[in-house]
Amino acid sequence: MAEVQTTFVKAINAALARAMRADERVIVLGEDVAEGGPYTTTAGLAEEFGIERVINTPISEAAVCGAAIGAAQAGLRPVVEIMFIDFLTLALDQLVNQAAKAHFMSGGQLTVPLVVRTQGGAGSRSGAQHSQSLEAWLTHVPGLKVVMPSCAADAAGLLASAIADPNPVVFVENKSLYFRRELAPEDPAPVPLGRARTLRPGRDLTIVALSRLVGEALSAAEQLASDGIEAEVIDPRTLTPLDLDTIAESVRRTGRAVVAHEAVYTGGFGAEIAAQLQAAAFDFLKAPIQRVGAPFTPVPVSPPLEDAYRPGAAEIHRAARIAAHWDEPFAASPEPGAVTAP
Amino acid sequence: MGTPTPPPASTSAELDGETALGLLRTMWRIRCFEERVAQLKRTLQVHGLIHLSIGGEGVAAAICGQLRDDDTVYSGHRAHGHAIAKGAPLDRVMAELMGRSDGLCRGLGGSMHLVDRAHGLLGATGVVAGNIPLAVGNALAARLRGSDQVTVVFFGDGAVQTGYFSESVNLAALWELPLILVCENNGFAEFTPRSAHTTVERVCDAVAPYRFPCQSVDGTDVGALFAVFAADLDLARRGRGPLLLECMTHRRRGHYEGDQEAYRDALADAEWQRRDPLARLQADAIAQRWLDEAGAGALEQGARAEVEQAVSFARASPFPALELAGELVYASER
Ligand SMILES: Cc1ncc(C[n+]2csc(CCOP(=O)(O)OP(=O)(O)O)c2C)c(N)n1
Ligand SMILES: [Mg+2]
Repeated sequence: MAEVQTTFVKAINAALARAMRADERVIVLGEDVAEGGPYTTTAGLAEEFGIERVINTPISEAAVCGAAIGAAQAGLRPVVEIMFIDFLTLALDQLVNQAAKAHFMSGGQLTVPLVVRTQGGAGSRSGAQHSQSLEAWLTHVPGLKVVMPSCAADAAGLLASAIADPNPVVFVENKSLYFRRELAPEDPAPVPLGRARTLRPGRDLTIVALSRLVGEALSAAEQLASDGIEAEVIDPRTLTPLDLDTIAESVRRTGRAVVAHEAVYTGGFGAEIAAQLQAAAFDFLKAPIQRVGAPFTPVPVSPPLEDAYRPGAAEIHRAARIAAHWDEPFAASPEPGAVTAP
Repeated sequence: MGTPTPPPASTSAELDGETALGLLRTMWRIRCFEERVAQLKRTLQVHGLIHLSIGGEGVAAAICGQLRDDDTVYSGHRAHGHAIAKGAPLDRVMAELMGRSDGLCRGLGGSMHLVDRAHGLLGATGVVAGNIPLAVGNALAARLRGSDQVTVVFFGDGAVQTGYFSESVNLAALWELPLILVCENNGFAEFTPRSAHTTVERVCDAVAPYRFPCQSVDGTDVGALFAVFAADLDLARRGRGPLLLECMTHRRRGHYEGDQEAYRDALADAEWQRRDPLARLQADAIAQRWLDEAGAGALEQGARAEVEQAVSFARASPFPALELAGELVYASER
């Protein structure tokens, strides 16, 4: 298939436009969406589809999310944008108590074909209220689906599937992926929810990484290869539903796993993946599953502190070496610090 | 006890006999249903928190009775009356309250989460004010589709102090939605009088700056309420929403079945008992000769018989299979 130069933001924008062209039930709502939004993800949509379908809303995250749920129950396919995932807190009651449970509590009478697009992640010196990674909260709620794309091509394909899905889907983007140059198919096919992607094959170790950490995992894998360790890199792409089969199949082969995300380590979704993995592959594990996440602090704004806060290739590399060398036989004169140095 | 004062008549000038009898029939069905539910709650045959609307049936009857099946109703935790008046069959509502598989929601919703899609009841909610924004979205969808469908959302006076109410009123006004906000102001939120929650006495005052039509009416005067809502509905159908209707009502029972009712004022209760909307409308119907005493008795007996059938239906309905919970977490592609 023909590939084109694009960015994550352009891929999202094009996917929204494609969905709106194909289905007039698709509407977009959010703060400043008719002006393109602060990251230009909705640029040009109001011009093409009109402000009846690209609706600027007041700063009322709770009621706007609720209105989108009501519109979805009435048969539209709203895509509501919450500008920063940090402000999803204001809409959480609607997502958790209304959207997630409507199908269930109505005995199947209601469906909520809703997409909530939002973005998180640190790295922009924006401080602790504009930089969080809160996706794990959403994965704790039966009835919600949670998607976290790591590249432009997947973003387009997953967004198409999310819009077509009859359930509420939270689509979590990462702002530091937005403007990198990437290649993506000119006409991206929908990517089904619940199917992981293996980006790099490897026999020694499996790295499961989310969102921005997928690119970091690939860098770490390059470095590991020069250390003589072949790492397989898997992007689950959707947290709910989770493609445990693909991940567990890999870990049964490699016997070692690192799970990496940008969210704080404690209570992060990595804990869930690790727990499910140990149950699915216990007899095959040669080392404890290693986890990479941010420290248990709010995101600092001061540049050196934020840089130190954000996990990346170095942390993945270090965790991978621990896993890879865990069961090494005793050597007479071990290289000092070989395992833990980045 | 002294001589009971007769109830003040309902303002039935706007009603014809047939409409009045229809309203009475609906109110009797709600009243008998809820009295039976109260009794069943004492023996734990219906489940969970049960909030009754006895004394407030007139609002449900006068409003839902004028809506079409394709007009949407959202409600809150005190929703049995709205569901019944909107057309939900008594037997399936009763089965829902008993957690049975023939319940409206297959036993997965319960008293606070009634949904009857076929009759336009898109849902009650246990989160106070949580459905007001959903009603906004429903009305937005109607407007975008260019239909003349109207959305009605019921909520209590306690809901008016939430952010949802304020945000939703702003959205509805901004987007000029075919939405009628109906506040049933019974002066209490759980056990606390309105004066302890806000300095704004009337709900109309809280939305005054938006300048959309807003009226405060006696929710026990079913004739007057019917006429006011008819005019509101006409405006909303013609795209002149949103509107707000504040119905002053009273709940004759506790906040939920089994509450201690220590906070209630017995004198006020006696006065409200006299203003029972059902007694008022029935007395008026008899005075207008639309009905005689025997006819009134027959209405009540008919409703009680239907409720007993509903109880038998619900008792005969099996509990849902355990697997049902897992099956309904996600909707599948259609
Ligand atoms: C968000 C939320 N907070 C608190 C409650 C507990 N609660 C249930 S009903 C109620 C009072 C509601 O009062 P009002 O809106 O006036 O309705 P009424 O019960 O008088 O009909 C409260 C506080 C709740 N269900 N939801
Ligand atoms: Mg109240």
